[in-house]
Amino acid sequence: MSTDTQSAPQLSEPQPGPVRVQRKLPRFAPLGLFVLGIALGAALSAATGFSVTSTVIYGVILGTLLVYVVTRAVEGRRKATDRLVTCLVTTAFGIAMIPLVSLVYTVLDKGLARFDGDFFGMSMFRVVGEGGGAYHAIIGTLIITLVATAISVPIGLFTAIYLVEYGTGRLKKAITFFVDVMTGIPSIVAGLFAFALFTLLFGNSFRAGIMGAVALSVLMIPVVVRSCEEVLKLVPNELREASFALGVPKWRTVVRVVLPTAIAGLGTGITLSVARVVGETAPLLITVGLITGTNLNPFDGRMATLPVFAFYQLTQPGTATQAFIDRAWTAALVLIIFVMALNILARLISRFFAPKTGR
Amino acid sequence: MTATKAPTEPPSQQRVVRRPGDRIFAGAAKGSGIFILLVLAGVAAFLISEAIPALTASSEEIPGGEGLASYIWPLIVGTLLGALLALVVATPLAVGIALYITYYAPRRIAATMGYVIDLLAAIPSVVYGFWGLAVLAPQLVPFHVWAADNLSWIPLFDGPASTSGRTMLTVGLVLAVMILPIISAIAREVFSQAPALHREAALALGATRWEMIKMAVLPYGKSGVIAGAMLGLGRALGETMAVAIVLSGGAGATINLISNSNPSTIASNIALRFPEATGLGVNTLIASGLVLFLITLAVNMLARWVVNRRADFSGAN
Amino acid sequence: MAKRIEVSDLNIYYGNFLAVEGVNVSIEPRSITALIGPSGCGKSTFLRSLNRMHEVLPGARVEGKVVMDGQDLYGGDVDPVDVRRQIGMVFQRPNPFPTMSIYDNVIAGNRLNSKRMKKSDTDELVEKSLRGANLWNEVKDRLDRPGSSLSGGQQQRLCIARAIAVEPDVLLMDEPCSALDPISTLAIEDLMAELKERFTIVIVTHNMQQAARVSEQTGFFNLNGVGQPGRLIEFNPTEKIFSNPDQKATEDYISGRFG
Repeated sequence: MSTDTQSAPQLSEPQPGPVRVQRKLPRFAPLGLFVLGIALGAALSAATGFSVTSTVIYGVILGTLLVYVVTRAVEGRRKATDRLVTCLVTTAFGIAMIPLVSLVYTVLDKGLARFDGDFFGMSMFRVVGEGGGAYHAIIGTLIITLVATAISVPIGLFTAIYLVEYGTGRLKKAITFFVDVMTGIPSIVAGLFAFALFTLLFGNSFRAGIMGAVALSVLMIPVVVRSCEEVLKLVPNELREASFALGVPKWRTVVRVVLPTAIAGLGTGITLSVARVVGETAPLLITVGLITGTNLNPFDGRMATLPVFAFYQLTQPGTATQAFIDRAWTAALVLIIFVMALNILARLISRFFAPKTGR
Repeated sequence: MTATKAPTEPPSQQRVVRRPGDRIFAGAAKGSGIFILLVLAGVAAFLISEAIPALTASSEEIPGGEGLASYIWPLIVGTLLGALLALVVATPLAVGIALYITYYAPRRIAATMGYVIDLLAAIPSVVYGFWGLAVLAPQLVPFHVWAADNLSWIPLFDGPASTSGRTMLTVGLVLAVMILPIISAIAREVFSQAPALHREAALALGATRWEMIKMAVLPYGKSGVIAGAMLGLGRALGETMAVAIVLSGGAGATINLISNSNPSTIASNIALRFPEATGLGVNTLIASGLVLFLITLAVNMLARWVVNRRADFSGAN
Repeated sequence: MAKRIEVSDLNIYYGNFLAVEGVNVSIEPRSITALIGPSGCGKSTFLRSLNRMHEVLPGARVEGKVVMDGQDLYGGDVDPVDVRRQIGMVFQRPNPFPTMSIYDNVIAGNRLNSKRMKKSDTDELVEKSLRGANLWNEVKDRLDRPGSSLSGGQQQRLCIARAIAVEPDVLLMDEPCSALDPISTLAIEDLMAELKERFTIVIVTHNMQQAARVSEQTGFFNLNGVGQPGRLIEFNPTEKIFSNPDQKATEDYISGRFG
């Protein structure tokens, strides 16, 4: 690398006279060349039977090549490599955008077909063909997520408090390490755990919403711990000392000073952890299953949830296939709306609850 | 040096008066931490206890009739195949995205772009499954045909080409999209932490932007990228719903990516068979879940080890 | 209500490291005692041990006695929380609670302990404390504004008001002016002169002029080298310390030949 940089001046175009004039392309030339490449790609694609996919592929390859070759001819090898990498990383970002845009477009396109009052107002009780809705599944998702949150937040928050305010030595290290390990538990394994746990306690045929909530908690707790821990660490130690010096016991300091100071970050972290589990399907599929009616009691019997509902509507359509597929996509749309709403809520929380500096 | 004139042994710990409120609160905090350890131990213990009947059963009783090993083996192959494919596709892309956001994108919109990429991680996996089945699989059918015609000398593209696109190749690409934000988030973080001093020194020497990145950013971020890739791999190994929806699995172990007969993955096999499983079938599935748990555990611990080792090094200077 | 503090044979440890060794000193009530010395000599550590604040750090502990009006602060049945209610503290950097208003900051000591008080009583306490800290006239129209909206010097006086609102016997100040501009420093020094009528004040300072200006007694801390424990070299009336100290080391430090 270093030889490259040092020898570069000699390699560049020999110029007469003492002043070295660098030949440069006009500022918008690279972009223009790239667009030209795309146009050529379109032409090539048209010659082999036009399609958007091939236009983009040919276009990007030709555009990148064109920028590289022209820059190399005019400005030299180093600049050409630099432009080439710029094209590549920009393309990488563009490639990542394709699935996102395509996915959002597809879900909107197919999901809006049944995005109506019935979908939110009706269950699938005694519905075999068209009509019906996901009222029961939406309620079920809300209940199970709520129970999971009620389990995870106290445990996660207290653990974070332990790690930041009290923890010392080996136990702290062990908890930190195993929380990290827990972050990587596959969701299906969390489901199997909940299943095995309740099977041992209540027998083979026991099914209830709480099983799903426990499975989701296993996934949610480590996320809550990590995010709360990060936030609590940010609370300046000076505030704790100020409180201690006023003769305030440690636990009151934590509850009345540390937590209120960190409330914005805690709220954001917890909301994002809810968003993380609200769309979980696999653990619910193998624990709470699916029913067609509404069950409001999370401690008895199967419950419908939105992701599982979507999965079965798509993979096991009944007689009126299209009606099932439409409901599946609408459920997917509603699920995305849930997740996005939680993400936006998290941003709002961090904006509005941030400590007011008044400056 | 404590022994100037003080007693040679350190003075005993003072008895500290603690208020009941403090004791209860500290106890609750510590209890929660210990509870988490118990849960993790419980996950392992319950899985083992429910897997034991399958481990001890005679081979004819296991679904398939040929014993546990030959039941799980194709699933392990499928799991690893899909996850590795995802990793190979996603890692370079994620590095490119991270570089783009940290060093190429206009400052004002870089944060927004990062947020948009993070949104990819927020989309539920079942929705990815829908998208993979309805959009990506049909789009990839022409590529399957082309690969079977032109690349069949590579074992991975042995063919015959699938007509539905519901193959390991498609699954690998869907998984790649899903782990992309995980890897790129970590890569972004380490890239942006590359010492400004080194970066500016490189630029001051007349390096182009790429040369600066090659000299000052990539060496610094390498272990971070590796760790991020490992975490992404862990996620891909355990991914369930997207695979369950997209893949038409159930065949024996093969590394052929583009044919209609694919091995299933452990996670998707559990999701698809568990609701109807009874008796020893349940235990067999839980045993396969245990295997998955161990594989992801190993991958994640390795990743954490890489991350922590890096933290030790960067903290030292 | 100001009280005398007698310190005898005090050793302060962080884990197995002896940070301060063998301090014997008597701090007079209704006076200002200044502690000076080079960085790292243990004067702040000593100050924090007077109200058991150093215990907040894991592994920190003391040997010896700190007796306030006949009561050993490190006695087996003494709650550190009670000690801190009697001995208040003001820190180097102003640290008002960012989530609270000016009003709430002043009564934080009572409010954080959920002490019930009548509205009229709290109003009175807030005014009295802010007047005591020479801040009332500047903030009386904006008591509901966040404490962090004040200037640095005002924030520090707010912290003093917060400390005296719990009516301690002793006030410890750990370099209270080192983060402030000269005008704010002067305001705080004037305030200290008033406060010593009611409180025993101990102040740690790097600024020798400040020690000479405000204090009656001065203690000089020093250490022989890095890794050695800090010691109280000399403790005498301020005038004597600055004109005719007993110890050579003190004279060297005062005259700038050291540290």
